Amino acid sequence: MVASVDRDKCMYCGGCVSICPTDALELMETFIKVDEDTCVGCGSCIRFCPVGALYEKDE
Amino acid sequence: MMNREYDVIVVGAGPAGSMAAKTVAEGKHSVLVLDKKQEIGTPKRCAEGINARVLASLDIKPDPRWAINNIRGAVCYSPSGNSVNTDLGAMGGYVLERKIFEKHLATQAIKKGARYMVKTNARKVLKENGFVKGVKADYMGEELELKSRIVIAADGVDSKIARDVGIDTKNVLEDYHSGFQYEMAGLKLEEEDKLHIYFGEKIAPKGYVWIFPKGDSVANVGIGILGKLSSDGNRAIDYLDRFIGSHPEIFQNASPIEINAGGVPMGSPLEDMVDNGFMVVGDAAHHVNPIHGGGISLAMEAGMIAGQVASEALDRGDVSKKSLQEYQRRWEDKFDTKLKKLMKLRYFLEKITDKEFEIFAETLSGDDIMKLTESKYKFLIRILAKNAPHMAPLAKKFLSK
Repeated sequence: MVASVDRDKCMYCGGCVSICPTDALELMETFIKVDEDTCVGCGSCIRFCPVGALYEKDE
Repeated sequence: MMNREYDVIVVGAGPAGSMAAKTVAEGKHSVLVLDKKQEIGTPKRCAEGINARVLASLDIKPDPRWAINNIRGAVCYSPSGNSVNTDLGAMGGYVLERKIFEKHLATQAIKKGARYMVKTNARKVLKENGFVKGVKADYMGEELELKSRIVIAADGVDSKIARDVGIDTKNVLEDYHSGFQYEMAGLKLEEEDKLHIYFGEKIAPKGYVWIFPKGDSVANVGIGILGKLSSDGNRAIDYLDRFIGSHPEIFQNASPIEINAGGVPMGSPLEDMVDNGFMVVGDAAHHVNPIHGGGISLAMEAGMIAGQVASEALDRGDVSKKSLQEYQRRWEDKFDTKLKKLMKLRYFLEKITDKEFEIFAETLSGDDIMKLTESKYKFLIRILAKNAPHMAPLAKKFLSK
């Protein structure tokens, strides 16, 4: 399982980036990039997201 | 602009970055600021309140183009709706138009000689013999290698550059707020010259809802909740929407004209803010007041101190970690004691139930609340011992040395 971003919901605030323990997220100009190889599926970012734009996706 | 070596490269053009750049430029050193965004100042992740005293101490003259609403005080509301009025003192404060404010700070730095590039994403540092020597940055699909003697990371909560140096800027859900915010027009507010702050487990768990008026029926309306307590159906956006729905007397005819989110570091500042040729300032270094989550003033102070120390280090010709540690020393001299006390107060307040909050609202004066935010809280233990003896042991446990 890895984190995935609903780009229609994401506010590209970057808040999730700093709680990722494995540095798998990155805020680009107007989207969040998930490095699926680095993501360990811990769910911290999904929990944090102020608007619920992150979700679990099967690898 | 790109082909020369700079004395300092600043990554991030927020309040911390632009203050650092201005200070370095004033020290007669060359400085280049990179911001990954297309437009400095947007999107904002901020409640936009600032104390007038802070602006004065940083020698920034309030300008009605960005200091758009004068604030005289704050009204704090308990979970049941009891209010306590606080007076911000003779100077008061302002609600900012943050986007214009950031451009103003950038303009002041540019007028002193700083150079800026936008839509330029610095993701990695260049390293030589254990020293940071510049950054690798993407600009319009092109990868640039930009060289400097010092790099200052002012790239916010989503900082990448500090992690690349090996400084851990991560936050954890226990010490991180999940924030969400509307700018709304059409509000019906009794007092537009006051900040309105609402507390309660059901309103904003371990955080608060704010209404910071901008005048003319417009306000920055937002919320921060403890990240650990955020979950599906109970996210920052859900709490704020419920709050708005339960206050038709204010919001009945209001609509959003902007929507934003963000993460707020509420833990302690970084233990290591420097490395060889490298400094971290602002949100990236967790320079945030852990009681109210405000970061603009601490970020600007950090930027200024970092800029001064960078200039002095360049003058001495020594940009080693040891030399740059002077920045961290000065920062800690000024803020460490206060921030440590505020952290204790934060942990204490996180233990407080709604019922106990009501006791606060009944017993604390507005001045008392101001004192708390300034990290003076000895009196609180005394007041609680008298009015809420059952809370005294808890207060003693968290607030005593």
